Amino acid sequence: MNQKIFSAPYLLWMLLFTIIPLGLVVFFAFTDSNGAFTLENISKVGDYASTLFKSVWLAAVSTVICLLISYPFAYIISRKKDHQKRIMVMLVMLPMWMNFLLRTYAWMTLLEKNGLINKFFGLFGLGPFEMINTQGAVVLGMVYNYIPFMILPLYSVMLKIDPRVVEAAQDLGATPSQVLMKVLLPLSWPGISTGITMVFVPAVSTFIISRMLGGGANLLIGDLIDLQFVGNSYNPNLGAAISLVLMVIMLLCMSIFNQFEENEEAALL
Amino acid sequence: MKKLSKIYTGLVFLFLYAPIFVLIAYSFNESKSRSKWTGFTFDWYVKLFNNDEIIQALLNTLLIAVISCIAATVLGTAAAIGIDKMNKKLRGAVVNVTYLPILNPEIVTGVSLMLLFTFLKIEFGYTTLILAHISFGVPYVIFNVLPKLKQMDKYIYDAALDLGCSPFKAFWKVVVPEISPGIVSGALMAFTYSLDDFVISYFTSGVESQTLPIKIFSMTRRKVSPEVNALSTIIFLVTLTVLLIIYLKDSKKEKMTKVKKRGEAI
Repeated sequence: MNQKIFSAPYLLWMLLFTIIPLGLVVFFAFTDSNGAFTLENISKVGDYASTLFKSVWLAAVSTVICLLISYPFAYIISRKKDHQKRIMVMLVMLPMWMNFLLRTYAWMTLLEKNGLINKFFGLFGLGPFEMINTQGAVVLGMVYNYIPFMILPLYSVMLKIDPRVVEAAQDLGATPSQVLMKVLLPLSWPGISTGITMVFVPAVSTFIISRMLGGGANLLIGDLIDLQFVGNSYNPNLGAAISLVLMVIMLLCMSIFNQFEENEEAALL
Repeated sequence: MKKLSKIYTGLVFLFLYAPIFVLIAYSFNESKSRSKWTGFTFDWYVKLFNNDEIIQALLNTLLIAVISCIAATVLGTAAAIGIDKMNKKLRGAVVNVTYLPILNPEIVTGVSLMLLFTFLKIEFGYTTLILAHISFGVPYVIFNVLPKLKQMDKYIYDAALDLGCSPFKAFWKVVVPEISPGIVSGALMAFTYSLDDFVISYFTSGVESQTLPIKIFSMTRRKVSPEVNALSTIIFLVTLTVLLIIYLKDSKKEKMTKVKKRGEAI
């Protein structure tokens, strides 16, 4: 019996629910509302270049902050005793199991004008500060929601770094910064690159965090797509064009990143 | 240095948990406003359980997660068995396309499925939601089962046939038990992603078929709704319990293996 036949239903499914839908995105992106070919939608995406740039910029800032916070944190956990390790990893995962809408909603209560943080500053006669509906709030929301995706891959890579390697470097006279640059960073690179992709991709395309914490003034590329399909400026052709651009940028980024990684591996060999 | 690292981990955990604890505290606040504390109450929990829309949304979420998880597991396991037998070129192509829904931004997957359902003129509702949830669940099943198939000894299936098993029986008695850890973890992933999904459901659900995340979204838009706080508290406690059970089970197992190892050493 040829077992290849087992995959036939899935291949059909894949055609219908992965390939054709993406084909439809491409089709809509290059046609107008009557179905005639046009390049207008794609060129219109250029009008939203500032939004696109802002999305990439805020996501990049969030990714860097996530990395800076997570790197020492993951290292500290990875050097703990076994049972402490497991409790801490569990504590990192626990917030992830709550829906991200609830987590973002929690920050809304903290950041708003008469929220707890402003109340706290009020005790010292400071503020109230304008915290919600700013770019900073959007970055905070992204960092808070996606930081476990940075901590966990870093942690699993650091578990594999033998503490004796670090000790050997120290014995041979390496300064702490040399240990970091020459030993830890190269050895933990796979975790760093996984973490960066796992934070950056969802952060660039988010549309709820920016709406809940950024107000109307901080629309991101995801909000723009959402508006074309569900919102009042219904225009699926333009929405498809923006989606297509977003998808191409993301896939290009990832393939460049992977290329880089493979080269690195090849160099090591 | 040790003290410093303790303070640092403490601060990170404070960052992770402070917002959640604030929500939990507010869920017991008598006043609807978040600006003042007027007294302790369970009212919001009572209101939550009397809210038919939320209960309906919860039931919808569970129903959709169960159906789509079963369908994705069957479809994905069969697919993995077939893909495993393909030649290198074909397998590479299929695997790459299977990666697409995982790598693509969720919003693009959601939008593309929305376009498909509009194009096919399927009414938005349970059908579209379940189809969408199966679609993003299947890749996780496939990528959990494929490595198990690779690890499996290729000859035990043939051996079962030689010993007189029918192909079907050999499959059930030999292949399935070998790959079952992969099937289970794939099914669990498909199930949890389905429970938690907001973005793709947002683009593929109808008015009648709201899931819990979508309901939560419409509640948070009204800015002040203490019922959301109560709901968060319940969800937090449920996940905490589940994780604690897993943790206790694991540490028990670990202790047992440690004792066994020691016994063997002696």
